[in-house]
Amino acid sequence: MKVLMFGWEFPPHISGGLGTACYGLVKGLVHHKQDIIFVVPKLWGDEEPLADFVNASGITIDYRERRFKEIWKSLTYLEVSSFLVPYLGPEEFSRYTEHAMSEGAEVDESVFSSKFEFSGKYGKDLMKEVSRYALVAAQIAKDKEHDVIHAHDWLAYPAGVAAKRISGKPLVAHIHATEYDRSGESVNRAVFDIEREGMMAADHVVAVSHLTRKVVIEKYGIPADKVSVLHNAVLDASIIESSVKKKVPEKIVTFLGRITFQKGPEYFVEAAKKVLDRDPNVRFVMAGSGDLLNRMIERVAELGMGTRFHFTGFLKGQDVDDMYAMSDVYVMPSVSEPFGIAPLEAVRHNTPVIISKQSGVAEVLQNAIKVDFWDVDAMADAMFGLLHYESISKMFKELGSEELKKLKWEHVAEKLVKVYDTLHQNHTAS
Amino acid sequence: MRTICFYFQVHQPYRIKPYRFFDIGEDHYYWDDYSNRSIMRKVAQKCYLPMNKLLLELIREHEGRFKVAFSISGVCLDQFEAYAPDVLDSFRELVATGHVELLAETDGHALSALKSKVEFSRMVERHSAKIAKHFHGYTPKTFRNTELIYSDKIGEMVYDMGYSTILTEGAKHILGWKSPNFVYTAASQPKLKVLLKNFQLSDDIAFRFSNKTWPDYPLTVDKFVNWIREIPAEQETLNLFMDYETFGEHQWADSGIFEFMRALPAAIMRDTSFTFSTPAEVAEHGKPIAPIQVPVPISWADEERDLTAWLGNDLQNEAFTKLYELEEDVKLLADDYDIQRDWTYLQTSDHFYYMCTKFFSDGDIHAYFSPYDTPYDAFINYMNALSDFILRVKRAKKALAKAKAETDL
Repeated sequence: MKVLMFGWEFPPHISGGLGTACYGLVKGLVHHKQDIIFVVPKLWGDEEPLADFVNASGITIDYRERRFKEIWKSLTYLEVSSFLVPYLGPEEFSRYTEHAMSEGAEVDESVFSSKFEFSGKYGKDLMKEVSRYALVAAQIAKDKEHDVIHAHDWLAYPAGVAAKRISGKPLVAHIHATEYDRSGESVNRAVFDIEREGMMAADHVVAVSHLTRKVVIEKYGIPADKVSVLHNAVLDASIIESSVKKKVPEKIVTFLGRITFQKGPEYFVEAAKKVLDRDPNVRFVMAGSGDLLNRMIERVAELGMGTRFHFTGFLKGQDVDDMYAMSDVYVMPSVSEPFGIAPLEAVRHNTPVIISKQSGVAEVLQNAIKVDFWDVDAMADAMFGLLHYESISKMFKELGSEELKKLKWEHVAEKLVKVYDTLHQNHTAS
Repeated sequence: MRTICFYFQVHQPYRIKPYRFFDIGEDHYYWDDYSNRSIMRKVAQKCYLPMNKLLLELIREHEGRFKVAFSISGVCLDQFEAYAPDVLDSFRELVATGHVELLAETDGHALSALKSKVEFSRMVERHSAKIAKHFHGYTPKTFRNTELIYSDKIGEMVYDMGYSTILTEGAKHILGWKSPNFVYTAASQPKLKVLLKNFQLSDDIAFRFSNKTWPDYPLTVDKFVNWIREIPAEQETLNLFMDYETFGEHQWADSGIFEFMRALPAAIMRDTSFTFSTPAEVAEHGKPIAPIQVPVPISWADEERDLTAWLGNDLQNEAFTKLYELEEDVKLLADDYDIQRDWTYLQTSDHFYYMCTKFFSDGDIHAYFSPYDTPYDAFINYMNALSDFILRVKRAKKALAKAKAETDL
């Protein structure tokens, strides 16, 4: 099968989970002998040569093709400016929002030039890039032979839809996160519309969890029979041995992630207070940054636990690994997490995890304690249990790594190939 | 003499309420009265009351030629007393017919036989006292251990406690080519008779009766009687041991389980050479055929028929060890009613069963019987309650020592 795949980023140049997931999936598909044409807005040249990579920035659009004009007409809604974007690194997030607020973002004429240099990031010209990407996709679909089209998340949906218009091949819309996951109930209408139209136009929708599938069906009104679930997997299930020694005698309970609404940091803070009231010999760490950081610092001060609750700011690279390794408990109290790969990283560091039931990863990870994100009592109880009753951590360490080994991208890709086959058969039959 | 022996296990644990760590040291009541009461009422309506009525009718109809045995755990008797005195009355009525045997077991439906002979005997005595109290001085003669757990060592202890018959599982790995349909003796104590469960025919009723994917579904009386007729003539006893909750609770009324049981005794007496006996009668009349050796404990649970459902992982082992570390201290507090009650209830095997992590093979059965979402939740809740209990025991012991010191002065 020849798959024309549209993403937004690809390792090593990524700013979030989307690129990693695409990488794992492509790797799995290659294992099952699928030919992948992987399109990204910008190629850097140091990507692992797994697929036939196409750099959207290098594509010249042939405006004599009349069908492109039709596509452009349908893209005009993208001119609405938007600054709610997914998968931002925390630092970029604040930089970007400030920038977008002061300057605004709109689509300009350069979209129509025959050459266009994509940034491939989540900058202020995001909507401009998304619509230009769709035009490029149409050109690629015309030039490159393929059997099925696969688009990852809303940024690539207009591209997937445009490609389908040109080639008529079946489209798979892969949903890694919805606008509801990013923004709660205050959704950005423009983004929601792109997501919805992309999934409506798709012949099949793949969600990363049952949780996400439910959102897709209930909030977006996508027919249930065309939405299936493919959980994410891990690239490397090996245990990471660390030489890092913690410098305090107390046990450490860690939150590591963006400090935003979606990640539920306030529930972690409240649970920490309940534990410290009972057992002062624990330290809590909140690692990361985000728009709720200051509010969390204030709340910790208000609760008078500043000497036991620490903020590290944004961590990257080795610091992240060290943080996992130093932790006795890792908590992911997400309010809404389509999948959530971080707890699996914690497991690789032999760190026991508590995850919210509102995360997709809770559907695949058995050796974890699962609580409702809002149930601060249960969360505190789980922390206390992991800190005081030794056997549970021991079991997690023994069984967790075994469990990770079962979460393979080859298995995910195997199921995806079946989806492709069915779509392809239906397509050739009709 | 060829005979069939029906034994039904009647048991409900005292489930622990959601007990958070911040309750430790403050809230000393662990039991989930609401769910214990509502589960007891539900099972009483679906199983205990209608099945007791059915058995009473059968015993009267067949004028004593049909008979059964029950083992009712002490924790279950306590809950009958509190929430279902009507059920207790109906059991009394059954026992009064003279064709129902009551077995001895541990008061707390505990795993104490695996840990301490002293605690084990104490619990069996307490159970016998409860049986005597509720059933006009009835004295059990036959013993059955929690979950049919048995080993050579347990056999010896049970004989030392004055019992000459014990029931256990006819586990394949113990029997090998031997048939469970004979009376055996304990290898460790030749005077102790061992009755073995025929798990094939017992589980056909208890587990497979309403399973539509089972090739032999639906199980009719004719089919079952035919299987009994196929038992080789020299095999004398057929022990059908199962949870009493099979009737109406595990197998729902609409599966036809009650109709099946209503018709079975007459069909067996008409179409086979088998009669019905209680375990004590089987032991008395049956000729022991051989000693049976069980060096490693067996049980009637799961495919493995071993202890791994209760003591198979680190969670269970930690909880079990921490609990029994208290044994000596609790013994000193014999007059503290609350401590003794909670000590008994905390030992109930179900708490350990909920912590089982054998997800993939028998996990579905475990999930059905557990009030918790995961074994980890079960473990944390239990350990929280146990942590409070440990504090109470330590405090009570200190108070006792202080009082003693004062009277000594």
